[in-house]
Amino acid sequence: MPQFMLLLYRSETAAAGRSGEASLWTELNEALREAGVLAGSGRLHPADTATTVRVRDGQADLTDGPFAVTKEELAGFYLLECADLDEALRYAARFPLARYGSVEVRPVAGEDAASPGEPTAEQALEA
Amino acid sequence: MTAGDQCGSSSGDPAAAVARAFREERAAVLATLIRQAGDFQLAEDALQDAFADAITAWQRDGIPANPGAWITVAARRRTIDRLRRDRSIADRAGRLAELARLGAGKDPGAGGDHTIADDRLRLIFTCCHPALDVSARVALTLRVVGGLATGEIARAFLVNEPTMGKRIVRAKRKIAAAHIPYRVPGDDELPSRLHGVLRVIYLIFNEGYAATAGDQLVRTELCQEAIRLGQLLCELMPGEPEAWGLQALMLLHDARRAARVDARGAFVALGKQDRSLWDEARIDQGLRALERALRLRRPGEYQLQAAITALHVQPGGTETAGWAQVAELYGALAELNPSPVVEVNRATAAGFAYGPEKGLQLLGPLLAAPALQRYQPLYAAHAELLRRAGRRADAIDAYRRAIALSGNSIERAELERRLRALTAG
Repeated sequence: MPQFMLLLYRSETAAAGRSGEASLWTELNEALREAGVLAGSGRLHPADTATTVRVRDGQADLTDGPFAVTKEELAGFYLLECADLDEALRYAARFPLARYGSVEVRPVAGEDAASPGEPTAEQALEA
Repeated sequence: MTAGDQCGSSSGDPAAAVARAFREERAAVLATLIRQAGDFQLAEDALQDAFADAITAWQRDGIPANPGAWITVAARRRTIDRLRRDRSIADRAGRLAELARLGAGKDPGAGGDHTIADDRLRLIFTCCHPALDVSARVALTLRVVGGLATGEIARAFLVNEPTMGKRIVRAKRKIAAAHIPYRVPGDDELPSRLHGVLRVIYLIFNEGYAATAGDQLVRTELCQEAIRLGQLLCELMPGEPEAWGLQALMLLHDARRAARVDARGAFVALGKQDRSLWDEARIDQGLRALERALRLRRPGEYQLQAAITALHVQPGGTETAGWAQVAELYGALAELNPSPVVEVNRATAAGFAYGPEKGLQLLGPLLAAPALQRYQPLYAAHAELLRRAGRRADAIDAYRRAIALSGNSIERAELERRLRALTAG
């Protein structure tokens, strides 16, 4: 099954005063578990604790802070196993945060993408 | 490569036969091959190989009795060749097994017309998937469903060929990487997804129809392509009234293409168009498509727009009674899909039907809306209604405002002509 990472974005101000939505989150988490699509999830520390890593000419270039250039920051992620993008998008739209922030759905490169220099099944097929 | 068992029963020019097969069979074969190969680019490349193979094979062995079946078999073999060679393709083992299984079947078109129709729909819905940028949907639909060359699409949209090429390649890559499904959406999603497909087709039509810059021949070709796509969709989904509605709308507009602009390239208002330049056969086709839509008794915005256009083309369509009906249809459209365009048109029609004061009254709230301060059609309509109401000074101001906001040279020339007529009088 392909995996999808759901990255949750929102601004600090939009998140303030939303304590009343706890039950919506619980409901969602239960639904995801029941459907068997939830592979993992987590909440992140605030953006000012982030480090962005870039590699230039083989050297790791570290930046103190998030990659995001907008007012929104990464607030958490969900890792879902769905049949296809449509299913992942349907769940993404159910996140309470999607109403005031953004949920980025990014396909996760799984084992179906052959890693470079690592021939596997094709040798058997070509034989 | 010999798909030999079907060969040799037709005679004629093999090169012409390949060209004909390309024109007539390519889209349907590709739609099925994408499903079987599980990848747009792979299927397109393999199909290209198969047509190249056909040129030599048909010259050598004669033209096959069923060129489409020959191409299907050859393209599937070429897909297997490419899968064996290309290590970067995901899930090669599974796909090769599936293709080998298909190859063992006797009938290359196994599944019959139903499967072919389903594959063609899958292709359309995938090219118009909402996870793709709308410009990518339009380009991909023209390239993959319509079979236009990348260069042709680039010229139509006034971008250079490498830019358009990148847009199309990126879209195909996203379809593969993001697992955009090759499928007709289920009932719950179908209405909105179908609306998205219709929107792409209408965008293609409008790009060709709008009298802006660009090569006129390329633009005519875009309109024809949109109508072909619309026809295909009607054939594949005959129970969808909005598909027929859009087809009617496009045909009825297209019928008046020659009369819209005069010999010097100036805009000609509907009421002043030379009806002898209208394409009566096209109008007939359009009216029949509209009847077909209305019989399904599920109204929608394309059907309403087509109904309005149908009133315009009927004799007396520009008389007072006709305008009252037009205003009523715009009212229904505004309820379904409220938008400034619809409201402005509704006010204009009401102004023609019930007098300029009625139209001005309907425009009032729009003129007060901050979001519409730079909306050119609003001020063009305002100017026209003020002129008819005899408020000359106000009309002059409104024309000047509309002219300042106009981005289209033909439209601006017409507004300037109306302003001159007013200031001279």
